[in-house]
Amino acid sequence: MFNSDIFNFMKPKNELENQGEWAESRPFIPDELWVKCPACKNMILTSDLEDNLKVCSKCGHHFRTNARYRINITVDEDSFKEMDADLVSENILDFPEYTRKLKTSKMSSGENESVICGTAEIEGSKTVLCVMDSSFMMGSMGTVTGEKITRAFEYATENNLPVIVFTVSGGARMQEGILSLMQMAKTSGAVKRHSDKGLLYITVLTDPTTGGVTASFAMEGDIILAEPKALIGFAGPRVIEQTIRQKLPKDFQTAEFLLEKGFVDAVVNRKDMKKTLSKLLKLHSKEGI
Amino acid sequence: MSAIDKVNAARANNRPTSIDYINKIFGDSFIELHGDRKFGDDKAIVGGIAKLNDMPVTVIGIEKGRNLKERMERNFGSAHPEGYRKALRLMKQAEKFRRPVICFVDTSGAYCGIGAEERGQGQAIAENLMEMMTLKTPILTILIGEGGSGGALALAVADEVWMLENAIYSVISPEGCASILWKDSSKTAEASECLKITSQDLFSMGVIERIIREPKDLDSKLFDGLKHIIAQTVSKKLEQPIDVLLDNRYNRFRKFGKDSATYLRNDE
Repeated sequence: MFNSDIFNFMKPKNELENQGEWAESRPFIPDELWVKCPACKNMILTSDLEDNLKVCSKCGHHFRTNARYRINITVDEDSFKEMDADLVSENILDFPEYTRKLKTSKMSSGENESVICGTAEIEGSKTVLCVMDSSFMMGSMGTVTGEKITRAFEYATENNLPVIVFTVSGGARMQEGILSLMQMAKTSGAVKRHSDKGLLYITVLTDPTTGGVTASFAMEGDIILAEPKALIGFAGPRVIEQTIRQKLPKDFQTAEFLLEKGFVDAVVNRKDMKKTLSKLLKLHSKEGI
Repeated sequence: MSAIDKVNAARANNRPTSIDYINKIFGDSFIELHGDRKFGDDKAIVGGIAKLNDMPVTVIGIEKGRNLKERMERNFGSAHPEGYRKALRLMKQAEKFRRPVICFVDTSGAYCGIGAEERGQGQAIAENLMEMMTLKTPILTILIGEGGSGGALALAVADEVWMLENAIYSVISPEGCASILWKDSSKTAEASECLKITSQDLFSMGVIERIIREPKDLDSKLFDGLKHIIAQTVSKKLEQPIDVLLDNRYNRFRKFGKDSATYLRNDE
């Protein structure tokens, strides 16, 4: 049920394909049975990948996941209560192709926007949780994305709750022009008010987190965690290469690179994420551990 | 003027830069202050203290340079993280002494490079957005040429944002937009229209409070007039109680996407 994005990965090429009669005699293998790990190129059984939190069992590569799957593996069963699920974007600036893009994104992701917000419990600790979804227009931030995140922070501020945000984003959504840019200021303002009340904000940066999201709420956490090898940056690597006209160093803009440069508190494996978040929440709860 | 004409006007080499505005408006009273106290001094951002009539103010400007030599020195007005951190340091200083902050913005965007990423370009901009939102002193930002995305916004979380008539303010460059949308960076004119980046467009969307008319030659008339309305505006803001000022600033940005019920459907 959470495997919609798994179909997007490269299907294994069957060498027998298009080889006349040979091909017809081959056993039937459903296309979605196997996926190829983009890091180690090994073939993995889709069901094994699902069981292993979408992490390659051979090399530890963390596959991208959609937001629902992420919520499912992070929070206590049935504890997630979604907020503002009905907010939807419209083509405010009458931008070319945007109406169609919104429609196809909604269909392919099954979501209304690039972020899902709500309250949840993690090993019994209550928190506000926002999870971005890369399958909705590459997690880009439009006015509704910004609005949902802002409302989540305002709710947390009012109710004295911590906030956890999982980020994945290509940046501000160009199709909403300057109004997307304004979301960077708007969300930052809501983060600041939450912070000034002495409340905890944890960000978890996942692959990829770039542009206007990096330059706003992604980098504003009291504690900033990241998944292994996640691409994290302000400018995308291609833009930088075009600007400076040279190849980028290996591992540039990975989670590990940011850790070394001092911009990430810890790189945490997916299997340890729930435990880590739970520990951090308990360390900041008024009741103590 | 069409949107692309404005893009070209905003980028024109003979257009006054931040330093011109600072010299013409504040004259000899401006004292430049350097460095972010952490890494270095970014010449793409000029900052210091000056007197506006009799009022001490903090002035910060993104500077493109007025000739090729200066432009190279100033990295064509594309700041590194240390530039934004210098700006924030000067703003915090302004807060301490309760001086209004006046920012001039003219940049194609924050710099995209290895050093900029290594030193946290995204983090530097994010911190400015957060801290400016609650800076306990009035902030006025004037976009004088190009307002390029996050690199411009990092100095534009203000109580009021004004634009020169032919300045532009955009989430992405028209070239970038055209190459993503149509895989053709020559369709800049079409992209400029779609993005709604002119002062008139932005005024009608409530993104800016004031359009500064540009005389044929940007001459002393402009600067005298500008000086007058800047002084008037910041004096008025200084009289406001801090919590009112900050609430207004928060709501100034909070409104984008909230009150526009015409394009939001919400069953709340």
